[in-house]
Amino acid sequence: MRTLVCIKRVPAPGARIVLTDDRQAIDARHLPFTTSPHEECAVEEAVRLKEQHGGSVVVMTLGPAEAEEQLRYAVSVGADEAALLVTDGADWDPQATAAALAAKIELLEAGDGWFDLILFGNESADSGGYQVGIRVANALDRPVVGGIKGIDIEGETIVARRETDAGFEVYRLPLPAVVAVKEGINLPRYPTLPSRLRAKKVEVSSSSPDHTPGGLRMLRLVNPPEVASSTTILGQGPEAASAVADMFEELGLL
Amino acid sequence: MSQVLVFVEHQEGMPLETSLQATALAGTLGEVSSVTVGACDVGGVARHFAIEHPMLSDYAPEAIAKALVQLIGAESPSAVFASGTERGNEVMAHVAAVLDLPLATNVTEVRPGDESWDLTRTRWGGSLLEEASLTASVKLVTVAPHAFEASDASGGVDAETFEPDLPEALERTRVVERVTISEGITLTTAPVVVSGGRGVGSPEGFGILEELAGLLGGAVGCSRVVTNNGWRPHSDQVGQTGTRVAPNLYVACGISGAVQHWVGMMASKNVLAINNDPEAPMVTKADYAVIGDLHPILEAVVEEVKRRKQPAT
Repeated sequence: MRTLVCIKRVPAPGARIVLTDDRQAIDARHLPFTTSPHEECAVEEAVRLKEQHGGSVVVMTLGPAEAEEQLRYAVSVGADEAALLVTDGADWDPQATAAALAAKIELLEAGDGWFDLILFGNESADSGGYQVGIRVANALDRPVVGGIKGIDIEGETIVARRETDAGFEVYRLPLPAVVAVKEGINLPRYPTLPSRLRAKKVEVSSSSPDHTPGGLRMLRLVNPPEVASSTTILGQGPEAASAVADMFEELGLL
Repeated sequence: MSQVLVFVEHQEGMPLETSLQATALAGTLGEVSSVTVGACDVGGVARHFAIEHPMLSDYAPEAIAKALVQLIGAESPSAVFASGTERGNEVMAHVAAVLDLPLATNVTEVRPGDESWDLTRTRWGGSLLEEASLTASVKLVTVAPHAFEASDASGGVDAETFEPDLPEALERTRVVERVTISEGITLTTAPVVVSGGRGVGSPEGFGILEELAGLLGGAVGCSRVVTNNGWRPHSDQVGQTGTRVAPNLYVACGISGAVQHWVGMMASKNVLAINNDPEAPMVTKADYAVIGDLHPILEAVVEEVKRRKQPAT
């Protein structure tokens, strides 16, 4: 089982998103960066599949040079190899991103054979385009399903489960396939000290992809209007219980 | 006036509210033709296409997209809309990939121009907006849920049947089985959600939240840090990567109010924050707040609610 996982480096904003002066990005000077949550689970799922079925896990990202940090983190939780497609740090649109990823995947597969499975996160935490995985699958002419919260491999078939309001629906895709997963498919592990050391030493293969912009161009970011709120303080500590119950009664809950 | 196709999702012939919201936005940009898989009455449209094909008896994103691509070829619309639901986004991403056209997802506003459109779309689950320009021969757009009032659902037109030519290979991504799990009150339907964050402290700490939720006919939710700690299952998580809720009352216990969580519950009608930090963003944004250690507060509230629920003697 040879699996590729595509991830994205994103800032981890707190309670309020602050923009840069030119409004082209989030002011991340004081923010930690992380792997987009769905993709963190995609890495964990790939590592679990490797533990069950053998094989290897390659992790790849398109992003600034600093995204090496997220690749090394993925290695520290079980990925074997890492590939970085370096950009100048600007936000690439989904068409440009997918084209660069697909071209790199073809190169990797020409060298080491195809990936049985390519995993994406369902959507990135920041731009939320919901489309890069599907575009890559289309470029490689492979089946793809999204929103997946459960995976089993049965021979040459991947069984994928997706939540619905009433339960879940099941897909059976022939391998090689592409799957976009959602957080909740697993609970990602934490790195151990030896795995961290290994991740520090692993060679990250870096390349600069061609940038062919697509037809969706980000102009600027805007904070939505603040919802004016005035908080009614019902009290301090347990003495507030009566005021809380009054409020429940006003809302018709009791 | 140019034609705008709208892919309308429906449940047994009833269009989804979110699809009618997309129809409303599309109606400001051209003459709307709605498209459904199978029979469904959509009101307030000029034409209606019903896609009929045996492969589409259950959800099949690739096959539906293929059918839409063929309809786009036959009708040459200026734009195609869908709602920014899981399925709407997925089907439209397939259409965009096949036609190699850009797709703008979760759009809240369109300012049409001659060649390109300026539009606004959501990022970070709706806590940030992006202004973008979309340049394409056919504009592909999904509409952020609840950004627009739904169009009038009455007064349908006669459906024109569209029979696409679908290669058998597309069976590969069709739903092959459905499993129904019946639950009582779920997070999405509960009128009250009692939710806990890091401040709850442990899995056992959720006992008192369970009790209050039970008394109010509600469900228990939690923040991402709680599921990451393994205190609650992911199905309880409210937030950008969890479930989105809009109850009558949301009780946030020991939740600071980071963006990730806020976007999952910001549609709640009333918010009560219980937190020992009066400056926590959840407290300053809430309608009601109680300041202090959450466990003794919840125990007192549970006692008081029990007392008031007892029949007067």
